[in-house]
Amino acid sequence: MSVLDKSIVELGAALAGGEVTSRELTEAALQRIADARTLNCFVTVCGEQALAQADAADARIRNGGGGPLTGIPLAHKDLFCTDGVKTSCGSRMLDNFIAPYDATVVARLKQAGCVMVGKTNMDEFAMGSSNENSYYGPVSNPWDVGKVPGGSSGGSAAAVAARLVPVATGTDTGGSIRQPAALCGITGLKPTYGRVSRYGMVAFASSLDQAGPLAKSAHECALLLGAMAGHDALDSTSLDLAVPDYVSALHDDISGLKIGLPREYFGGGLDSDVAAAVHAAVDVLVGLGAQVKEITLPRQDLSIPAYYVVAPAECSSNLSRFDGVRYGYRCANPVDLEDLYKRSRGEGFGAEVKRRIMVGTYVLSAGYYDAYYLKAQKMRQLICEDFQQAFAEVDVIAGPTSPSVAFARGERTDDPISMYLSDIYTNAANLAGLPGISVPCGFVNRLPVGLQIIGNHFTEQRILNVAHRYQLASDWHDARPPAAEAP
Amino acid sequence: MRNSWETVIGLEIHAQLATRSKIFSGSSTAFGAAPNTQASAVDLGLPGVLPVLNGEVVRMAVKFGLATGAQIAERSVFARKNYFYPDLPKGYQISQYELPVVGHGSVTIATEEGSTRRIGLTRAHLEEDAGKSLHEDFEGLSGIDLNRAGTPLLEIVSEPDMRSAAEAVAYARKILSLVRYLEICDGNLQEGSFRCDANVSVRRRGDEELGTRAELKNINSFRFLEKAINFEIDRQIEVLESGGEVVQETRLYDAERNETRPMRSKEEANDYRYFPDPDLLPVVIDEDYIAAVRATLPELPDQKRQRFVDDFGLSDYDADLLTADRDTADYFERTARAANAEYKLSANWILGELSAHLNAGDLTISASPVPAESLGAMLNRILDRTISGKIAKEVFEAMWNGEGDADAIIEQRGLQQITDSGAIEQVVDEIIVANPQQAEQFRAGKEKILGFFVGQVMKATQGKANPAQVNDILRRRLQDPDS
Repeated sequence: MSVLDKSIVELGAALAGGEVTSRELTEAALQRIADARTLNCFVTVCGEQALAQADAADARIRNGGGGPLTGIPLAHKDLFCTDGVKTSCGSRMLDNFIAPYDATVVARLKQAGCVMVGKTNMDEFAMGSSNENSYYGPVSNPWDVGKVPGGSSGGSAAAVAARLVPVATGTDTGGSIRQPAALCGITGLKPTYGRVSRYGMVAFASSLDQAGPLAKSAHECALLLGAMAGHDALDSTSLDLAVPDYVSALHDDISGLKIGLPREYFGGGLDSDVAAAVHAAVDVLVGLGAQVKEITLPRQDLSIPAYYVVAPAECSSNLSRFDGVRYGYRCANPVDLEDLYKRSRGEGFGAEVKRRIMVGTYVLSAGYYDAYYLKAQKMRQLICEDFQQAFAEVDVIAGPTSPSVAFARGERTDDPISMYLSDIYTNAANLAGLPGISVPCGFVNRLPVGLQIIGNHFTEQRILNVAHRYQLASDWHDARPPAAEAP
Repeated sequence: MRNSWETVIGLEIHAQLATRSKIFSGSSTAFGAAPNTQASAVDLGLPGVLPVLNGEVVRMAVKFGLATGAQIAERSVFARKNYFYPDLPKGYQISQYELPVVGHGSVTIATEEGSTRRIGLTRAHLEEDAGKSLHEDFEGLSGIDLNRAGTPLLEIVSEPDMRSAAEAVAYARKILSLVRYLEICDGNLQEGSFRCDANVSVRRRGDEELGTRAELKNINSFRFLEKAINFEIDRQIEVLESGGEVVQETRLYDAERNETRPMRSKEEANDYRYFPDPDLLPVVIDEDYIAAVRATLPELPDQKRQRFVDDFGLSDYDADLLTADRDTADYFERTARAANAEYKLSANWILGELSAHLNAGDLTISASPVPAESLGAMLNRILDRTISGKIAKEVFEAMWNGEGDADAIIEQRGLQQITDSGAIEQVVDEIIVANPQQAEQFRAGKEKILGFFVGQVMKATQGKANPAQVNDILRRRLQDPDS
């Protein structure tokens, strides 16, 4: 057991009580990161800067100016811009890019006194479900290093699971927080679209992207989300809505809570052992007083096709700025402008990114826009309606986060469709802008299974509450992967 | 040959909105700063940045819409226009596509024949400007200046309602006048804050269907607009009459050669892949907002022109010229107020002497060294006969050169008109005595000789004698020296 096994709730109390210093925690994290280098969780480790921040946090605590997160080491997914520290997005394109500003999420957590120890590995530009699409190489799953950690926030999820850092940030466009959290056996929350500012988060699909916390427990996610959330004048899509006290809502009684189990989330394609683990978890919630109701989300089957039109369309436009002109990768010796564009982008982007740019360009093209993009938007509307009908009957929706546990590295890289299906239960929440959380709920073949709980818009406190009550009644989230042991 | 063809012209005008900051960032829009010093992270299109709409641009667009009787959209949407160009930092331009903020409207122009024509406006939409590529001074490379990137533009699209280059110019002038009245654009063509692209096609007279059009770009003055269109009309007619077909294309106007020529086709073979920008919310405008903007509208050029005709008795022509821009109209009204409400006299002086001086010095009326009130005060000296109109020109010249106000100059130079009849009679008598032969000719009926005497009297009085009095007295004394 190391100090990093503790939750940030415990660490916050220990820091405030003077039992441990931020410097000690930060040094422990840096040591763990160095020891677990083979997991490949980090693109950048900022030792010196982190220690300076830790010392500043310690001084702040000594002066009585600290808050619940002051002095807590954390890692940011490498697509949050960080002033003066490389922001690569897991891409060769941005291997040389140092942003001159902090993302709002980074700035808020800095303001709260968190210490950034580094930037985590990820699928290139957040496109992927296995972390195999990184320019910096794949990340290993701490439960089985031959398996993928999920993606795209795979570096963050693996780093938390392997106890390199107590908490990390991630982003979720189609499941990129929830799916790796599930595959790595930790807790990950995707907030409602508009809850957390997207400013400084390098955009993949602007109408779907949301930042959120990854931690061992829901309680920690609640603490972190409280610091991340809230209106930001720099993001027109962030809502000007008061941030509730997520922590105080955690302990609410859940008796009488109506949980909907969508028939479509338990159909073909779902691993039966995963299904059993999810049902067992639901039974625990029933034991806590919740009621279960089978529901239907009849247009659920539209979510993957709709997602793979909308997300690539937006990405094809969002990634146009990477042209080799102002920053980022530029090919050697371009002969003219067109050559500069073609080779800089051809050499700077990886295969999956290029695939999605091409799909997105196609679906927005004259003559195809109506048939694809517009139709996908209509499908998206139908998916939203399904959810709203469901929420008229139930308080939250529960089901598996991913249809299977972690798969072997290389297993799905040649088959993009099978890879995309890994997010079949998570895409819909992004299309509908709903909050969702994944919590560990068991093991299949010694690999973690995730239970997903989806709430209606801006009910993060509710799904955190359900997740927390579940975690009080279970200990799956406390399980330590083999990679958490000192090497 | 040209008579059997009809020309059809529509204009797309890009008016740079006169906001202090850019449309989606807080950077300054001031012209002429050192390259890239007015480009923020948002303007540079850095990874992760997001646009935030400057509310002022919406207010300005609504003002324009109200002034042209247009529909204001309850809900309008920003879209991305995707294409690659080095001075387009994000790889897309944020513009409005399917749902523009301003819908159908119209303006009225005066035609060469002296009648008026109504020109329809298809729409006006908001968008951001791109940066500038600089191809000189970089030894085979290009420089990029992103100061202009993100500058707000209102793109004003007309219907294909114009039938000649002169009408197109009249329309462009009308829009220019309007945006200046509304104070939403400084209308500086040289600095590029008011740019015109022309869609030109021709068809045989009587044909219903429109001909294939060419879009003319790179026109930075009204003179060039007229020349470019006329060149293009001739070119298209020539192509058609020799059995060819007009190609739909973008053509650049070359002012030095006075010709249009096609842009490289590669550059225009763009599929812009428009889609709603997910980073920006739809712009929702309600009745209260519109009413509040309407309350801020100034008197518009057409209304002002009519008032000048109706209330001040000015000719249509003079009223048109005086109301073409708001500063001139204001100057006129202030002058007339100071000149005892002598509107016609004020108009004559502003459109004559003052305009000539302004043009010679390449000055706008607001930079005139002679303020309206000073001009008005001088006109009062004409009205009270202290000076003649002729002497007034000398006084004005001195005022222009900064020698003080009219009264001081008249006093200093002794330019007061001689209106004392006795003094004039004395001069007249002396001249009649000195020129008995001419006096005899007058009495014998040679009326024309009077001019000789007037000239002599004026010479003797250094032009200061009141001309009307001189005439009167001369006639009287020549007929009857004892009268």
